[in-house]
Amino acid sequence: MDEVGTGGLIGQSVKRTEDIRFITGRGRYTDDIARPHTAYAAIVRANVAHARIKSIDTAAARAAAGVVAAFTGADMAADKIGGLPCGWAVKNRDGSPQAEPAHPALQADRVRYVGDQVAVVIAESQAQARAAAELVNVDYEELPVVVDTRAALAAGAPQLHAEAKGNLCFDWELGDAAAVERAFAQAAHRVTLDLRNNRLIPNAMEPRSCIGDFDSATGEHTLITASQNPHVIRLLLAAFVFGIPEHRFRVIAPDVGGGFGSKIYPYPEDVIVLWAARKLDRPVKWTAMRGESFLSDAQGRDHHTHVELALDKDAHFLALRVETVANLGAYLSTFAPAVPTYLYGTLLAGTYRTPAIYCNVKGVFTHTAPVDAYRGAGRPEATFVVERIVDQAARQLKLDPAELRRRNFIPPGAFPYQTPVALMYDTGNYHATLDSGLKLADYAGFAARRGAAAKRGKLRGIGISTYIEACGIAPSAVAGALGARAGLFEAATIRINPTGSVTVLTGSHSHGQGHETTFAQVVAQMLGIPMDSVEVVHGDTGKIPFGMGTYGSRSIAVGGAAIVGATRKIINKGQRIAAHLLEASPEDVEFKAGRYVVRGTDRGKAFGEVAFAAYVPHNFPHATEEPGLEETSFYDPKNFTYPSGCHICELDIDPDTGLVEVVRFSASDDFGRIINPMIVEGQVHGGLVQGIGQALHENCLYDESGQLLTGSFLDYAMPRAHDVPSFDVMTECTPCTHNALGVKGCGEAGAIGAPPAVINAILDALQPLGVTDVPMPATPYAVWRAIQAARGRAAA
Amino acid sequence: MTIPINLKVNGKTVQLSVEPETLLVDALRDQLRLTGTHVGCDTSQCGACTVLLDANSVKSCTMLAVQAADRSVMTIEGLGSAAALHPMQAAFREHHALQCGFCTPGMIMSAVDLLSRNPSPTEAEVRAGLEGNICRCTGYHNIVKAVLDCAQKMQSVPARESAHG
Repeated sequence: MDEVGTGGLIGQSVKRTEDIRFITGRGRYTDDIARPHTAYAAIVRANVAHARIKSIDTAAARAAAGVVAAFTGADMAADKIGGLPCGWAVKNRDGSPQAEPAHPALQADRVRYVGDQVAVVIAESQAQARAAAELVNVDYEELPVVVDTRAALAAGAPQLHAEAKGNLCFDWELGDAAAVERAFAQAAHRVTLDLRNNRLIPNAMEPRSCIGDFDSATGEHTLITASQNPHVIRLLLAAFVFGIPEHRFRVIAPDVGGGFGSKIYPYPEDVIVLWAARKLDRPVKWTAMRGESFLSDAQGRDHHTHVELALDKDAHFLALRVETVANLGAYLSTFAPAVPTYLYGTLLAGTYRTPAIYCNVKGVFTHTAPVDAYRGAGRPEATFVVERIVDQAARQLKLDPAELRRRNFIPPGAFPYQTPVALMYDTGNYHATLDSGLKLADYAGFAARRGAAAKRGKLRGIGISTYIEACGIAPSAVAGALGARAGLFEAATIRINPTGSVTVLTGSHSHGQGHETTFAQVVAQMLGIPMDSVEVVHGDTGKIPFGMGTYGSRSIAVGGAAIVGATRKIINKGQRIAAHLLEASPEDVEFKAGRYVVRGTDRGKAFGEVAFAAYVPHNFPHATEEPGLEETSFYDPKNFTYPSGCHICELDIDPDTGLVEVVRFSASDDFGRIINPMIVEGQVHGGLVQGIGQALHENCLYDESGQLLTGSFLDYAMPRAHDVPSFDVMTECTPCTHNALGVKGCGEAGAIGAPPAVINAILDALQPLGVTDVPMPATPYAVWRAIQAARGRAAA
Repeated sequence: MTIPINLKVNGKTVQLSVEPETLLVDALRDQLRLTGTHVGCDTSQCGACTVLLDANSVKSCTMLAVQAADRSVMTIEGLGSAAALHPMQAAFREHHALQCGFCTPGMIMSAVDLLSRNPSPTEAEVRAGLEGNICRCTGYHNIVKAVLDCAQKMQSVPARESAHG
């Protein structure tokens, strides 16, 4: 770190470059793009959760007004279009591979969840396609259904896939079971909890949308799709689905209206529109109705966990044992196996010196939408387990929850710190974020505020969560050893144009994160040029050499490091060119504030002059250098990064109605170095509301027959402006030790830290009533029921 | 059967030929190519499609194009331009009140309508007033800040004029 420096643009709250087009209505999202002669697709989806397809009759649809074609899974199979591949393979405890059933883009024989893709109708207009799709008649033989995570493992449960006996995808473990067993035998205190991490629907505001196009003259396939990682979409669809070379396949992800994980993956509709475009030789567009997003976007969380913590007589943690069943839905989405295993079990040390940890996770198939990464992906689930059991221990041992945490933190002097669950934390200071968080939240003044609330008839509570996450996924060799089927580096090209303007081509993708601003801040500072000379290009495999995309808070930590690497190569080549122009040796030339100068003299060349010389090489070091000034860097991270922090929720509960009002939320986070504080704060705010949403409002519910009960914004409670307060946020800084910018990433922190802080605050408020647990989401009804149950127990 | 209609969009009179069931948002997006107005749901819940109809905010996914006949529609494209931003657009940028930008046009139109009814709202009134617009990115913190700041700045200029001019 420190190679890039911290003065200047880095660290400034620069206003965003991309805002102008968005606030004037000139953003260009996939559905805004109109290619000439486009036809529109509507998907026929299973309306039952489990059935054998006896027959599909598309005759009436094909005869309807404006209809161009109707295709089924049989047509797709006949064209030898492959199923969607899984990008991660985990191993069972006995070393055998996970069960990996096929996931065709259109089902020919059997449907396995409500929303499963069965047929496509293509028409001259979207309205005609949607109307005609209603006319497709699918004759189903209904089969028994299982939707509940734990019920899927029960003897006699309805089975989804022949490859997955007992609906088990994998039975995975991490840690030292014997060491944990020994620690529990010696423990002075044992604390246990049974937890449900509720299932969530990501709901990016832009519904998924894609356009397939095929040029029969050149054989080029183009897919425009609302995606977080166009290169990975190209890699997976070219190699595994279509069997076409990548040079004949361009994937464009233009402005994308939020992702939160749900737009990482290739979806059946991507396959369908591209295949249909090729068959029809015209562009085919599909845009989800929100109801389709609810049914078929990859969902998040859905864990059942039993956790036990062993402590010695002084309340030091001795061991943690975790048993989890994770719902994977009906098919394996791209990263699904990694989320409840390597992104979950590895985080169970939290910020604590727990010497022995053991974790067992069973991944199960159910007749529900596929489950995959959603903001935080595994780390919110791990943090919920750790921060809930720590608070439970504090209550049981009658200790202040802040003091218990302090007593067990990994101390600032212990880094690098090897956890018992595989990760090596490079740096951190958990005492610092706890202390500043407590101050920010005025923890010391809480008792007085509780008293004041009580006078108004409200029960006030305060809850702490001192989370950690692993971001910047990942060293490719490590990821590969853990089952990743791709590398997890990032690529960047810096192209200096002849007049000295700069084009940055990045494999990271921005769908709200503001890369056009932050990446330009980094490059402009390094080159000593104004920010408006730097243009950031992303989201097009036809322009950008390669990329692994944006997820897991990896853009600045991995993508940013690649940009730094390429920019450094530019500076070095410029130095050799400048030395020639200045008739000096390269070692005597240094680059400072946008100028190459001969050390100890006032002789120099501006960066723009050197760029011009590279493209008009009349006076140029031809013997050693090629003309032009363009460099590419691939950066493979050396370790994960480890953002951490302290989130404190303060809330009031109305004991008569169970209504919870968050009155104050304070967050002190350590993201390492920060490029743009304004953007970082915005990421924290957004994450916090998704975390508060999970804790208080949001819940994906299926009925026993597999029908989605929460299939619209009327039924699925998205947090709205009046549901949340304004936030108090601040940062501490221990720079990441292994990337050039010292950055860690900030995109998921809020969604990771907030849920246990909220639930811990509710349990703090309700402790006087004898309430010991509330489920997520803690809706008024759930809280009211917990209060009634406690009162019933007290009266008995 | 198509129906000819006249309406004023962003100050210009346009003639359209629409189906009886064509939604206003589809007429704006597909026929006039005003794609700044977005469709984020199918139950009138998210507010991404909010436009001003005769200076009142409406969800353009919830009314027919024919219902807008002979009336005046303002979309985000007509509110201000990059060279001359409306104070609400400027406040959204100043306070980082947008991330992915998808809910932003509807959110801005709703906020403009809110201030035209209540030029100096409290934070609670802003939060209640934006109840019909969902944002998944910002956590609303900076949107509320932007609207409150815009309200203050617009105190010095006639709000109705700049909101609807």
